[in-house]
Amino acid sequence: MIEFFNNIQNSLIYKNFFLVLSGLDNTLLLLLISLPIGFILALLFALGRVSKITLLSRTIASYIFVIRGTPLLVQIYLIYFGLGSVKFIRESFLWYALKEPFWCGVIALTINTVAYGAEIFRGGIQSIEKSQVESGLSLGFGKFLLLRKIILPIAIRKVLPSYGNELILMVKATSLVSLTTYMEMTGIARKIMAKTFAPVEAFIAAGILYLFLNFLMVQFVKYLEWKYNPHLRLNN
Amino acid sequence: MFKFDKLVFGDAGWGDEFLIATLMTLIVSILSMGLGLFLAIITVWAKIIQNRITRIIANFYTTVIRGVPELLVIYLIFFGGNTVVMSIAKVFGYNKYIELNALTIATIAIAVISATYSSEVLRAAYLSISKGQIEAARALGMNKFSIFFKVISPQVIRHALPGIGNVWQITLKDTSLISVTGLVEIMRQTRISSNVEHSPLTFLVTAAILYLCLTTISARVFKSLEVNYSKGFTV
Repeated sequence: MIEFFNNIQNSLIYKNFFLVLSGLDNTLLLLLISLPIGFILALLFALGRVSKITLLSRTIASYIFVIRGTPLLVQIYLIYFGLGSVKFIRESFLWYALKEPFWCGVIALTINTVAYGAEIFRGGIQSIEKSQVESGLSLGFGKFLLLRKIILPIAIRKVLPSYGNELILMVKATSLVSLTTYMEMTGIARKIMAKTFAPVEAFIAAGILYLFLNFLMVQFVKYLEWKYNPHLRLNN
Repeated sequence: MFKFDKLVFGDAGWGDEFLIATLMTLIVSILSMGLGLFLAIITVWAKIIQNRITRIIANFYTTVIRGVPELLVIYLIFFGGNTVVMSIAKVFGYNKYIELNALTIATIAIAVISATYSSEVLRAAYLSISKGQIEAARALGMNKFSIFFKVISPQVIRHALPGIGNVWQITLKDTSLISVTGLVEIMRQTRISSNVEHSPLTFLVTAAILYLCLTTISARVFKSLEVNYSKGFTV
């Protein structure tokens, strides 16, 4: 009898696993759009933050302050419920994107990761030794070449571990988009829970998938660290 | 678009409701931060004593909780917590239905999450204490308790304060997720008010400003604590 019940329980978690797996592509889609855009924008924002133009630097600083000081959930709700309630946005072309929970999620995640990423890259850029920049200048590098050949490569590889942390936080943050009715892995797990009244099985199935996703992310960051830090490798 | 006149105090507006909700957010944050620190100390202890089993359990706990979305942990504890508590009660022969209230569940859920972050901070702070100090204390004949309270703790607090400040900010922001359990904190109050007044933007902006105030003020508090605890170390 006990074995019989065990089998049912086992099959439930097994079935849930594949149901939740069907939401994996939605989670990945969120990440694949918001992470690359977020990376590029974060670099640009970091450069703006360290630039000598006070207005630009101040504006970006206050943007970072606001985004880092409020929960991501507030940002997602602001974009999904807040902007959707404004009449002239509903009548403008923006509504094509903002009526979809998916695009609201992408926009919110991007805005969020840009703020955190910009702060991380700023740390990297400011930690570059002055002598490196000076030697670049003495070689006759222009501003753009200096940025492309010296500042950005060194800054990015320095902050790879902390940017990797941010990437993992982003993987976890995608679960919040489920609260705007977008059916990614957490949303599906929640639906299964409502249907089967077996919360533990549903959420453990989703948890295993998130763990796996984060494991892949850690390996990816480790690979990047290995690739861009050739001087730190033990055996050449 | 904005109906900020709905934020007055009293029956005409939502001002007092939001004040109570903000207090609730603070209460949940403080309680779960405290419980989280307690759990974190146990986790660190399990990691640093030379015992393989406790170390594996502690590592498993921190890895899993940090690798899984916060929302999922909250769902798991909110929906699964009752079942676990009831099955534990059944072992002790109590068969009636037990329902944990929302505050308890919220506190436990956020504490479980925040403890994983705190434990990393505390462990790093502990490892930064040089071994010579503990040996010196032992040579002076201090027992384990006085070594812990007079030598280790003061230094761990000083080293860990900046990190604990970060964890506090994360915890404060994580409490917004607790709204899914029905506990009326800022986010839940925002949803209720905007459903009644049909003006989500007003209340969401209010919530954002409230969170900003909370994080800014607590950053100030932690700054002054840091200054206080590093007396004699800053130049």
